[in-house]
Amino acid sequence: MSVKTPSKLEKILRAGHLGVTSECGPPRGSDPEAIKEKAELIRNHVDAINITDNQTSVTRLCSLASCIHLKLMGVEPVLQMVTRDRNRIALQSDILGAASFDIHNMLCLSGDHQSFGDCPQGQNVHDLDSMQLIQLVRRMRDEGKFLGGDDIKRPPKIFVGAAANPFADPFEIRVPRLAKKIAAGVEFIQTQCIYNLDKFEEWMKLARDRGLHEKVFILAGMTPMKSAGMARYMKNRVPGMDVPDEVIKRLSGVPKEKQPEEGINICVEAIQRLKEVEGVSGFHIMAIEWEEKVPEIAERSGLYPRPVVEG
Amino acid sequence: MIRSVTQQKPEQEIDRLLKGLDRVFIIGCGTCVTLTHTGGEPEVSAMKETLTQKGKLITGTLVVPVACDNLTGEMLKEFGKQIDQADALLIMTCAFGVQNIASQLKKMVIPGLNTLFIGKETAFGEFNEICTQCGTCIIGETGGICPVTSCHKGLVNGPCGGTDNGKCEIDKNKDCAWTLIYNRLKELGRLDCMRKYQPPRNHLGEPTPGKLRIEN
Repeated sequence: MSVKTPSKLEKILRAGHLGVTSECGPPRGSDPEAIKEKAELIRNHVDAINITDNQTSVTRLCSLASCIHLKLMGVEPVLQMVTRDRNRIALQSDILGAASFDIHNMLCLSGDHQSFGDCPQGQNVHDLDSMQLIQLVRRMRDEGKFLGGDDIKRPPKIFVGAAANPFADPFEIRVPRLAKKIAAGVEFIQTQCIYNLDKFEEWMKLARDRGLHEKVFILAGMTPMKSAGMARYMKNRVPGMDVPDEVIKRLSGVPKEKQPEEGINICVEAIQRLKEVEGVSGFHIMAIEWEEKVPEIAERSGLYPRPVVEG
Repeated sequence: MIRSVTQQKPEQEIDRLLKGLDRVFIIGCGTCVTLTHTGGEPEVSAMKETLTQKGKLITGTLVVPVACDNLTGEMLKEFGKQIDQADALLIMTCAFGVQNIASQLKKMVIPGLNTLFIGKETAFGEFNEICTQCGTCIIGETGGICPVTSCHKGLVNGPCGGTDNGKCEIDKNKDCAWTLIYNRLKELGRLDCMRKYQPPRNHLGEPTPGKLRIEN
């Protein structure tokens, strides 16, 4: 597969290196320092940083503006875009806006339902869904066309990503759904946080059986647990999350002050195991409000130093 | 049968809407709102009782057979005097009925109900919205189950990542529409339909407000 965009993440993945991405959630205010500080902590240990788009439907500083702040720092952003809040005009317009700042990566998502956030009475949009957004960006890039068919002057050059959740049910739908996203044009996948490694490996095997690992770069999603309490919360309260009892047991088995360290250990061991899985192209390390731990995780997992590719 | 499904407005809201309007004529309907127990005879009587206790003068009550029907106008004429005496009409029908009545009388109308959706009684006392009348029906490819209506995000290309043991992530009492569709298509041996890419929806199929003229 030849490189299609100036994205550094794309170049690293296509060169056969394991890619490493992370994410930062923008602040609930207009001070950009919060985002810059987080990015500064991890910039040398990752290839690109995702900026979430009003995650959990809580109103925050917008993803696009945050990505521009990263870009100005010389850090490569991954613009997350959900279909919950904007119709097809606004989505296309924001894609052009991102491209005008040479933002070269995008993650196409449907987004958490608004009832989880601070505006539960708000209207959701979903004029397009994530599948259609993937196809829209590919068409804008590859054919230089708007959805309405008109030509785009200076089409966006965006490496197109999407999410996949190997753990949501029904399980047997999940690999065909990945195949459908690939058919729509997705080029990289960042998965839901993985704690049930056996199940993830089973999903990967089913994906390999269909040759999907050769058509898309799969970055395994990793989120270190800070405590046994967090693990229990993720298991019981976060839909589509699969946290095996062994993980909770292991965290509960150490004193509270040692639990964060144990959480990091679990994460590092998981990365080391999944590095060996055929078709895993890298890792998406989402250390939620714990960004300072990303360098340690990357180093201990043997993912540092990051490869240098020609710009 | 398909019904207009309603819910009574909170008492405080009705009090606010009726503030300064002392003489009230109450109208109910014998069709959908009778079935949902929101605007039939018993509810109209109870409303009369409540408002009387709050010091309102009820100039009359009337439960029309079908509030959204054109014949409603004729019935209203028979109660012309009592209606004339009222400062406002409190109408305990769905919004179709409220608007039909409002268009025929020079009176302020106060809806006593919120109209939730057009739906079906799927079990005794349980109503479900199964069609949003989007104008571009795709259920020929989803096993007869509508994801535009039944999925909380209206996703047409498969489920999101939040399916939780077959239930929707935002409501444990609601089935995940796409799990239902998957199971149905599997049963019918038509899982190939799941692979079909549904293009962006044509919202022009149902321009709001909807309007249709049947051409001869």
